[in-house]
Amino acid sequence: MEWILFVSQVLNGLQLGILLFLLAAGLTLVFGIMDFVNLAHGSLYMMGAYFCVTLTPLLDSFPLAVLAAIILTFVLGVVVELVVARHLYQRDHLDQVLATFGLILFFNGAVHLIWGAEGNPIRLPDFLDGRVTLFTDIEIPAFRLAIIAIGLAVAVGLVWLVGNTRMGMLIRAGASNRRMAGALGVDIKKLFTLVFALGAALAGLAGMMIAPITEANIGMGDDILIVAFVVIIIGGIGSVRGAFIAALLIGMIDVMGRSYLDDFMKLFMNNQSAETASPALSAMAIYILMAGILYFRPRGLFPPKNR
Amino acid sequence: MIAVLLALAVLPAVTGAFDQPFLLDLALRVMILACAAVSLNLILGFGGMISFGHAAYIGIGAYAVGIPAYYSEYSGYIQLPIAIAAGALFALVTGFICLRTKGVYFIMITLAFAQMAYFAFVSIEEYGGDDGLVIDQRSEFPGIINMEANLEFYYVVLAFLLGALFLVYRIVNARFGMVVQGAKGNEARMQSLGFDTFRYRLACYVIAGAMAAAAGWLMGNYNYFFSPEMMGWTRSGELIFMVVLGGAGSLFGPVLGAIVFILLEEMLSGATIYWPLILGAILVAVVLFARGGIEGVIAALERKK
Repeated sequence: MEWILFVSQVLNGLQLGILLFLLAAGLTLVFGIMDFVNLAHGSLYMMGAYFCVTLTPLLDSFPLAVLAAIILTFVLGVVVELVVARHLYQRDHLDQVLATFGLILFFNGAVHLIWGAEGNPIRLPDFLDGRVTLFTDIEIPAFRLAIIAIGLAVAVGLVWLVGNTRMGMLIRAGASNRRMAGALGVDIKKLFTLVFALGAALAGLAGMMIAPITEANIGMGDDILIVAFVVIIIGGIGSVRGAFIAALLIGMIDVMGRSYLDDFMKLFMNNQSAETASPALSAMAIYILMAGILYFRPRGLFPPKNR
Repeated sequence: MIAVLLALAVLPAVTGAFDQPFLLDLALRVMILACAAVSLNLILGFGGMISFGHAAYIGIGAYAVGIPAYYSEYSGYIQLPIAIAAGALFALVTGFICLRTKGVYFIMITLAFAQMAYFAFVSIEEYGGDDGLVIDQRSEFPGIINMEANLEFYYVVLAFLLGALFLVYRIVNARFGMVVQGAKGNEARMQSLGFDTFRYRLACYVIAGAMAAAAGWLMGNYNYFFSPEMMGWTRSGELIFMVVLGGAGSLFGPVLGAIVFILLEEMLSGATIYWPLILGAILVAVVLFARGGIEGVIAALERKK
């Protein structure tokens, strides 16, 4: 029993890590290449979830709805980039933080207007709704397994895209020296739009993956966004690999802290104080980790080279 | 600006005459948030330290009312010093780490520490956790002032606002403030002039933290209630908005910003439940088109004349 619980917690940590990676990948690329702080990234995550909410009954198929919603969030990303983000790349970070904070309010208001204040559930198709048995005695929901599989596939695809394709080469060139890449004839503007929209689509995908579990809510992206920022800062801004490793690390630490920290603390303090202190401590764990890492490595674990 | 402060000073007489307690309430909220915005302006506007975690200090100050009150300790002589000391201590510890980083990392790490404080209060069940903490009564200053009387509380808040403005005015015009502003402009140059800029910036950060905690102390007293939600990161964003809207680095800017922000929020939320939509659009427009905030726009208009 003990280790069944442990394995399912590991899978939970993996799932959280994967979701964080989907969010953080776009964030770290946008941040690394355009030097643009996009607080509204969480709103794109929310919009992805809501698109999926509407499309699932419309298309009568969850996988099809996800595909269509990915395209929609991609388009939304293009629009946001052209209308707002583009004009902010040359501004200082303060202006970027403020304007994208405004976008968060805007999107939260828009969702309220269109979909109402209630949470919106997404019904999963039968083949994802059941449970899967692993190693003869561990049962986990099929959908969680699907999230992990899709996330890993996207991660591999993204690392391949960034590491092995011409577009990835341009992205890396842009991340290490934007002006030089521009001077060498790369259409930086188009590249920026493309990367921004790609990040939007990935964030949207993360939203679609979580919505069937938690429902789509107004402001669902606001808190997880901060965690995604922690991920990219630990991973090193601009590094997809770093974001992947940091996302899994954060996901594991968060889940494990919540489930095992009190047992661990009971080893060297009395039960009652362990039970009082451990929820607070496990909630703070990832921020303490980030502070510690920044103290010793102010640019994260895997900062991109040549900057 | 003097006119605005004078208007705030005579406002209670006016609202009393016309029996509009709602206005007084609004003015209280404006002034308390203005206190916090003024303190943020000290580090953000004058010091160039973009803290995205200033709401944490409001929370710390408010819990410095709530937690002693939970144990039936209502004395303001104890609560206020706790608020200020806790705010200063949190700023000292976090500032020591934050100020080693620069630019965007600074923004994000201040944000992360504020989230840390937020989640700490969320998870302490004893003091209400997520639901927040009800504060039975305001801080007591026996024999001097009765904070329970709204009028007297109003003037306490006004005094804090004036005090905060005076403090910032003195700091930025003193040698200490000059060094901090110099470090904003060109840190390497200040260092080569022989100033240990880290210490100056840290001291400035601690002062701002203590001031914001005092504002939080007022906030806790004002609401008779505090929940972690009121120190969430969106509140920090609103504070930055107030400072930038009013004009970062101008003494009275944050007060103007707080007034405009609260009035805007009040009007929009009265007009439609979808007010964040409009407020968000206004915020984006302000950043894109009105650089330098209200003070900047006024200055630009005057230049045109």
